[in-house]
Amino acid sequence: MNSELLNEFTFFILAIFVGIEVISKVPTILHTPLMSGTNAIHGIILVGAIVIAAGASSPLTIALGLVAVILATTNVVGGFVVTDRMLEMFKGRQAAKPPASK
Amino acid sequence: MNLLIALAYLIAAVLFILGLKQLSSPKGARNGNFTAAAGMVIAIGATIPLLHFTTTGLIVIVIGVLIGGAVGTFGARMVKMTAIPQMVALFNGVGGGAAALVAVSELLSFGSHPPFAEAFPSVFSIVIGSISFAGSMVAFAKLQELMTGTPITYPGQQVVNGLIAAAIIGFVIAVLAIASVPFSFVGLMVLALVLGGADMPVVISLLNAFTGLAVAASGFTLNNFALIVAGTLVGASGSLLTKLMSDAMGRSLGNVLFGAFGQVKTGAAAVAGKETRSVRAGNAEDLATLLAYSRRVIIVPGYGLAVAQAQHAVRELAELLEKRGVEVNYAIHPVAGRMPGHMNVLLAEANVPYEQLKEMDEINGEFKDADVALVVGANDVVNPAARSSPGSPIYGMPILNADQAKNIVFMKRSMRPGFAGIDNDLLYDSKTIMFFGDAKDSLTKLVNAVKAA
Repeated sequence: MNSELLNEFTFFILAIFVGIEVISKVPTILHTPLMSGTNAIHGIILVGAIVIAAGASSPLTIALGLVAVILATTNVVGGFVVTDRMLEMFKGRQAAKPPASK
Repeated sequence: MNLLIALAYLIAAVLFILGLKQLSSPKGARNGNFTAAAGMVIAIGATIPLLHFTTTGLIVIVIGVLIGGAVGTFGARMVKMTAIPQMVALFNGVGGGAAALVAVSELLSFGSHPPFAEAFPSVFSIVIGSISFAGSMVAFAKLQELMTGTPITYPGQQVVNGLIAAAIIGFVIAVLAIASVPFSFVGLMVLALVLGGADMPVVISLLNAFTGLAVAASGFTLNNFALIVAGTLVGASGSLLTKLMSDAMGRSLGNVLFGAFGQVKTGAAAVAGKETRSVRAGNAEDLATLLAYSRRVIIVPGYGLAVAQAQHAVRELAELLEKRGVEVNYAIHPVAGRMPGHMNVLLAEANVPYEQLKEMDEINGEFKDADVALVVGANDVVNPAARSSPGSPIYGMPILNADQAKNIVFMKRSMRPGFAGIDNDLLYDSKTIMFFGDAKDSLTKLVNAVKAA
């Protein structure tokens, strides 16, 4: 095992613990927004998609890169926007009330 | 790797962690989403200078980002709140697909005899990413009602599931990466088909965790820390979230995935003999009188309310009743709607005051003092079989004690069973009055009748 792989593996293991610890106290009402939020975060695959698309030259790699970038961007953009729409409704009440009542 | 890029990835990882932390508390949830998005922008921004773009590559990326950005924004903006679960499934699926494609592309570049340490993460990413993609598409199709929501069962199913699982593991070991893609697609299609509509949120959450792991595996292939850390965070937190969700449904994860719902057939057959039992149906005027002269009414909203877009009508009815001095509360089952928390989102959208939304544990003791439990488009979450019939597929699921109220009013389109596909004895109870019809129409009729009462 080379040292880079060992480094990566260390990050991997530590991230598992952080990921579990950080959301362990989530209330039920936030399950759906949290799922949607984590869904947006794994859109980080866009970084990978850009890496493979950047050097694309053969028709096959171009096709793979293009589809990967489209799918990954949809994941990132859609994920964050839809999460925001959900959460907007939670806080909407206090903010929306004053103009409605005057 | 360039030091600055490594630092940028570190900042992005910290922002993801902070974002997740904020997302799991009601106060900071919305900021949490922005924090995570900022992390994403930094991670992507830091990657660009690292690369040597070919002209074709640059064009491909720009076109891809434009199309994906447009589709994502359009989809997320246009989707109705009731259709959120399938939208999340769709966004999750495309992420899984992207992870698989990135890994395919890397594997191709390794040549014919890649070293194991390089090839293994690629194959893992391809298989898990494809599973996530195929499974999410099935979940989307089912929630969108393009496919039947009831479990599709056939003889020998458990054996077939076992064989499929063994086959998938076999393919991973064989490192026949590209050849395995279509097989894992098919495998998970079948596995997802097994599950009924009621389980879809848990399935989506699980597939979400899968996508995270696939992304992390792609990170190993590309030696990219941002992918490893972010993917693993999602894989870990998504797995825990999946467990929390199935806990809220009162079922173990294994139970959700490996088919207690296989027994539905026998259960349904046993109940079929009782279908001649009579029910009491009421009209709007009777019910309006009942409601208007009650002291305490508890509304139990379910998915039927969501599909009928009746959240505004129900709020109107509640306000009308409150003006007449009736105490109105909403009992929110943890899995009301189609995802945990889904019902809260819908009612908040209709401006129902927060204080009236009560969680199950908080309100279950109050049903016995309630004059009316008004069940709008819910079914399985008030089915007493969950308490009393050990043979029932929903046995052990925590339910709302609507059966303890003095009167129970069911608003339903028909006598059709809920997602779990089982009959509900409460519908035949002597305290129960049925009010058939679309939830929104029925509520509007009730509102008018209460005004006249």
